[in-house]
Amino acid sequence: MATDQAHVPAAGELTESGERRRDFIYIATGAFAAVGAATVAWPLINQMNPSADVLALASIDVDLAAIKPGQAIKISWRGMPVFARNLTQAEQDAANKVPVSSLRDPQTLAERTKEGHTNWLITMGVCTHLGCVPLGAGEGETKGDFGGYFCPCHGSQYDTAARIRSGPAPTNLVVPEYAFKSPTSVTIG
Amino acid sequence: MSFPWAKHYEPTTDVGKWIDSRLPLPRLIYDSVGAGYPVPKNLNYFYNFGVLAGVALVVQIITGIILAMHYAPNTGLAFNSVEHIMRDVNSGWMLRYMHAVGASFFFIVVYLHIFRGLYYGSYKPPREVLWLLGMVIYLLMMATGFMGYVLVWGQMSFWGAAVITNLFSAIPIVGDAIHTWLLGGFSPDNPTLNRFFSLHYLLPFVIFGVVILHVWALHIPGSNNPTGVGIKGPQDTVPFHPYYTAKDFFGLGVYFTLFAIVVFYLPNSLGEPDNYIPANPLSTPAHIVPEWYYWPFYAILRAFTVNFLWVPAKLWGVLAMFSAILLLFFLPWLDKSPVRSNTYRPLSKLFFWILVVDCLILGLCGAKPAAEPWLRISQFAAAYYFAHFLIILPIISRIERPLPLPKSISEAVLTNAGHSVEAARAAVAAVPQPAA
Repeated sequence: MATDQAHVPAAGELTESGERRRDFIYIATGAFAAVGAATVAWPLINQMNPSADVLALASIDVDLAAIKPGQAIKISWRGMPVFARNLTQAEQDAANKVPVSSLRDPQTLAERTKEGHTNWLITMGVCTHLGCVPLGAGEGETKGDFGGYFCPCHGSQYDTAARIRSGPAPTNLVVPEYAFKSPTSVTIG
Repeated sequence: MSFPWAKHYEPTTDVGKWIDSRLPLPRLIYDSVGAGYPVPKNLNYFYNFGVLAGVALVVQIITGIILAMHYAPNTGLAFNSVEHIMRDVNSGWMLRYMHAVGASFFFIVVYLHIFRGLYYGSYKPPREVLWLLGMVIYLLMMATGFMGYVLVWGQMSFWGAAVITNLFSAIPIVGDAIHTWLLGGFSPDNPTLNRFFSLHYLLPFVIFGVVILHVWALHIPGSNNPTGVGIKGPQDTVPFHPYYTAKDFFGLGVYFTLFAIVVFYLPNSLGEPDNYIPANPLSTPAHIVPEWYYWPFYAILRAFTVNFLWVPAKLWGVLAMFSAILLLFFLPWLDKSPVRSNTYRPLSKLFFWILVVDCLILGLCGAKPAAEPWLRISQFAAAYYFAHFLIILPIISRIERPLPLPKSISEAVLTNAGHSVEAARAAVAAVPQPAA
């Protein structure tokens, strides 16, 4: 029958393993369509990532000159609070006395500060548990049992090096990227 | 599809015939919610909640579109624009309260709808797809409700957004990138608020679309019923209109009465006072708590307090919370008992009620601060929740000996009625008849 003959591939159209030339065209078309779709999809997805102006605000300069030993300030960086704290000698000693191996997230005070500036403890003011702002930076706020920071949400306690000592938080308060521009000013970010 | 004895749509007027041969919309309505749709005749009031959920969705869409005419999705303006709606916009206070209370009522109705389905086995064959679509609607509702709550940009809005988006950062390796991508920054800010507004406007229409699929999937096998026994013949059904249109309108009247009482007399009873404080990224409220409809899942999230099996507690909590919802998608294949209704499943019925209590306990724990004894209680309650679906239900469906099922809906209805008639006759007979 004529219809049957239409389905019979002409000689030479089949490869040795029995594929048709048309199979290759189908796969090639599908592959090109997939690549094209992915190319178009990426800008649609990527537009949700931080925009240029958000990234432009990603670094700030902070003047530390007014902070006396024992005092701290809250700075807003990337919409999140940063704690800059001028540690007293007693607070630094207290932090250095703790055996590092006993900590949940073992780090020394020296590792969490810049060389030559170990009195300046600069950390994120964001609890590593679920993102609340711990107390202890403001005047008159409780510093918790370890003299550092205390998170009121779920009771995490941080010591004078802002290391996690008790409560549910998994890690120490994060030290952001920063560099000293002069002995009393830093660039965060 | 419909049952062969369903009434057929016959347009009587010339206009009716003209439209029927071009766009048969009246026919569609007749066949889906009119006299052309036969429904089991024994549905009780728990079967009103599907229609009520649909109405609640429409109320949310209408009030939401109006609120969007007055709301400004910008961190500098959002909170004040909500207060502007409350104080300055004509009837704005009523529209906003209707929308806020309406969200709670939507969830109340949907929870009752879901538990009705659980009790009468409405997720079992041939209604699995119907159940799955319902779960998709529920997931979309949760996302929509969360984003809507953020729009107010009060303290709870902000910190709710911070905590919930933080959940995604628990995912290993790509977590932080996803977190930043969701927020459009490094913490909830204007890009976050803007996109949440866009999605909060979009998702209800997506829900509406899935509702249409849900109703379509319902109309293929038809409604389940309190006996769980399938429809055998015309004697088991009545036409949707006028029988269930009347019953649904009555239910709707009751619903709107309760809704009005809360909107006008208790509008803030289901909300958090802290959300009337403008968002402050530098100060966290002492006690962050989500809206009540998320409490059980919030309790499961916080139930994990220690790392185990090399997985951090935070990731466990996130996985458990999402699994608690995803688990429900597998329900039709976890409960293999061929008997649908718990009316005839004594063991399953007992554990159904234990599950209800367990969910209420989880809800209570989710509302309380993350401290003892609530943490310990939520750990047990969360463990039980998973055990119910993964262990208890599959075992029950194997070992349980169900009560004898009625042969048909009709028989069940008539024997029940028969019992009461006999009881009445006996009572009458017991009374000494006055001598004639």
